Amino acid sequence: MKIKNSNFSQKRRNFLVTSAGVSGAFVLGVTFKPDLTVAANNYGPELTHWILIDADETVTVRIARTELGQGTFTGLAQLVAEELECDWRNVKSEYADVNMHIHRDRIFKSMSTGGSRGIRDSQDYIRKAGAAARIMLIRAAAKRWNVPESECTTQNGVISNSLGKTITYGQIALSACEESIPTDISLKPVSGWTIMGTSPARFDIPEKTNGQQIYASDFLLPGMLHASILQCPVWGGTLKSVDETKISSLAGIKKIVKDQAWVAVIADNWWRANEALKLLPVSWNITDNQNVSSESISKLLRTGINDESSPVARENGNIKDAFQNAAQIVDAEYSSGYLNHATMEPQTTAALFTTERLDVWSGTQNGESTAAAAAETVGIDLKKVFVHKFHAGGGFGRRVAHQDFTKQAVKIARSLPGTPVRLQWSREEDMRHGKYRPVSLVKLKGALDREGNWLGWHVRQADQSIMITVRPSAIKDGVDPVNTRCFKDNPYTVSNYRNEYAMRNTHVPPGFWRAVAHTNNPFAREGFIDELAHAAKKDPYLFRRQYLQGTKDLDVLDAVAAAINWEQKPKAGFERGIAVVDAYGSYTASAVELSVDKDKKIDIRRVVVAINCGNVVHPDSVRGQIEGGVVWALSSLMHEEINIKDGKAVESNFTDYKVLKLAETPEVEAIVMPSGDFWGGVGEPPISSIIPAVANAIFQATGERVRQMPISKLGFSFRT
Amino acid sequence: MVCSLVRGDLKQVFSNKNGEKMVVLNVNGKKHRLDVEPEMPLLWALRDELKLTGTKYSCGVAACGACTVKINGNAVRSCVFPVSAAEKQEITTIEGLSADGKSHPLQKAWVKLQVPQCGYCQSGMLMTAAVLLEKSSNPSDQEINQAMQNICRCGTYVRVKKAIRMASEEA
Repeated sequence: MKIKNSNFSQKRRNFLVTSAGVSGAFVLGVTFKPDLTVAANNYGPELTHWILIDADETVTVRIARTELGQGTFTGLAQLVAEELECDWRNVKSEYADVNMHIHRDRIFKSMSTGGSRGIRDSQDYIRKAGAAARIMLIRAAAKRWNVPESECTTQNGVISNSLGKTITYGQIALSACEESIPTDISLKPVSGWTIMGTSPARFDIPEKTNGQQIYASDFLLPGMLHASILQCPVWGGTLKSVDETKISSLAGIKKIVKDQAWVAVIADNWWRANEALKLLPVSWNITDNQNVSSESISKLLRTGINDESSPVARENGNIKDAFQNAAQIVDAEYSSGYLNHATMEPQTTAALFTTERLDVWSGTQNGESTAAAAAETVGIDLKKVFVHKFHAGGGFGRRVAHQDFTKQAVKIARSLPGTPVRLQWSREEDMRHGKYRPVSLVKLKGALDREGNWLGWHVRQADQSIMITVRPSAIKDGVDPVNTRCFKDNPYTVSNYRNEYAMRNTHVPPGFWRAVAHTNNPFAREGFIDELAHAAKKDPYLFRRQYLQGTKDLDVLDAVAAAINWEQKPKAGFERGIAVVDAYGSYTASAVELSVDKDKKIDIRRVVVAINCGNVVHPDSVRGQIEGGVVWALSSLMHEEINIKDGKAVESNFTDYKVLKLAETPEVEAIVMPSGDFWGGVGEPPISSIIPAVANAIFQATGERVRQMPISKLGFSFRT
Repeated sequence: MVCSLVRGDLKQVFSNKNGEKMVVLNVNGKKHRLDVEPEMPLLWALRDELKLTGTKYSCGVAACGACTVKINGNAVRSCVFPVSAAEKQEITTIEGLSADGKSHPLQKAWVKLQVPQCGYCQSGMLMTAAVLLEKSSNPSDQEINQAMQNICRCGTYVRVKKAIRMASEEA
């Protein structure tokens, strides 16, 4: 079997070939030999570049984003099918081919699957594609029948006319492809939706229950070899020497590849490669970075907190006057450490390098970035790079901006031209060479008057910038736009407010992480609002209400308060916490009811999470993201931390990097309440309000204000 | 400042590539003869030798459960289980959980409740749950909590619990 080559001729259609093989075959895990002869091909029977309709009625929707488990592979197809008015049972998804995307001037727009953008940033052009295709089908049918288009209607993939004639989409699709793509398109109102807003079975589920789902870790090519890598444990160091003779004669070992800061062993079996790597004598050139520790980083952050000339991210009114007039001043510091994504599938990429082209197989969160990284690394024309996408075994931001594993994989493959090699990181490498959610220290100071009214607020953040490593131009006047989220866009209407940002960078590699700054910043902000309410002797829910003007913030806050019955006292021994945060274009609030025993064991009885994400495409997936968000939030609150010692990560596996388990997981009550007037994200927003809601409930139950994560360090645990 | 770090002691492994001994594995009812080192973890014999890739590598130290298979009715973390110990044992992987890949009560419940997200841990989850139900057809919450030590980063635990209960009611 051959790869259907993605090097297309500009001829628009050749119906002998469909694009199903372009990526579909990879997902099925069929082993085949790449066709290196670059056969002429085309784009398939397209109705817009997003949609293909075959004579057998199959509607194929091309998906530019990556399925990470959030349901985007199904949800984006729903958006198309709704406007297309096809039969949902005939719809399937396939990945938009990355090479085609490059050849067609990035026609699939953003391939990035991060920032909870998969649906909200695609919905407009994806739905218009569905609507355009429907018009093209109607036009073709109207011509065939010689009737006006206005006399044709569509339903479930069938076009009917006023004379009672019918034709299916599959029967007219070839003719419809000849129609020009309409530009004047109107989209259905929410009230007209029949596929969007419902929860059809996700396409990717069955194969994830029987071992048939093929990930980048599983994909096989004939003769494929396996590589394991060891990177300099102290970031910034370089490879000094390796004694290859110690392992080169071991069974199965094919090659040792050395690079500036890593060494990899290639073998016929990954275990053999990894075992040999463990035996390989390696020495490194280590820099002064080895003197860095969690303690030294804490001191560095302290210099930011003490820096009176820190850049100002936002200023309203005059905090100086507010504090001078204050009857009471509340201040507190909140801190959190480095966090690793620890995707269940460690970083994995396969590559095949030849003189003609470079093929890369990856569960990337951005196919275009992977192609660009691969091309740049080996210095070949981007158009000769063929990235084949798989569903990722977890992403959480690790596989988007940083393509370190891609660069390594193509370098390794280049050392054996013509042989496919898969690089799979060991868990230890994955833990020690993450792109960590950065450390943070936040100092908050609030001014209250005699009646407990909130006069002023001063927030100074000291943390490590992610953007400086991936897009420095986004940093304006020293302020990181990502790390200041939640404070810079703080929705509370305190009239005197100042948010300062002190960037303090270290050699520890930072990266985007599911909800990123919307994990540590809400912890600090909503924890502190609770502290203010307490100092003002006011109810934390009502105190928030007093200073929130936006009705969407209020609506979700009211919803969780009502659901948890905030007005009534909880059952004896239980206490509650509440928080509200808008994030990634959506509005969320959480309310929690828990007890804490004398051994600091927390028993979470209820977690209620509300989200207004504007519009909901697949309600069950939204609930799934809320459930997963609760686990992500509780895991980071309780357990997770990468510590730094001697310039490197201390933690190396799930044995010391603890994450939440099933026994610790509470039931989740999700309130999905779309207002219908905007499009917000889903994958990350709920996390932001869950963390502080739990922390605030812990205070109510114990009187102990938790101001650092993970709280296992404070002696807390979840009752199991 | 520059210093150097040297890792690990050297010892010779891979002593068994002379072909003098074959490992016989009984996987999903089929016998396979393998010319591999006896200390090779079963996981890698399954994945890289037998090409049964449904069983996943994630931690390599029996800490996460993604590699769980059934051996003689027990849930075993195959990433630390040497093939020599698996010889002549009855091994079931996710590919052998049901004949058609969909009719095990757990598979049905998993689809009905749309349990998986990224799915990478789910083979191990299912195999662990299958052994649990074989040992305790109607497990208590406590039994589920104790048995299901598998790690899921997407956070499917809520539905895993529900699906196990649903399957136990059906079985």
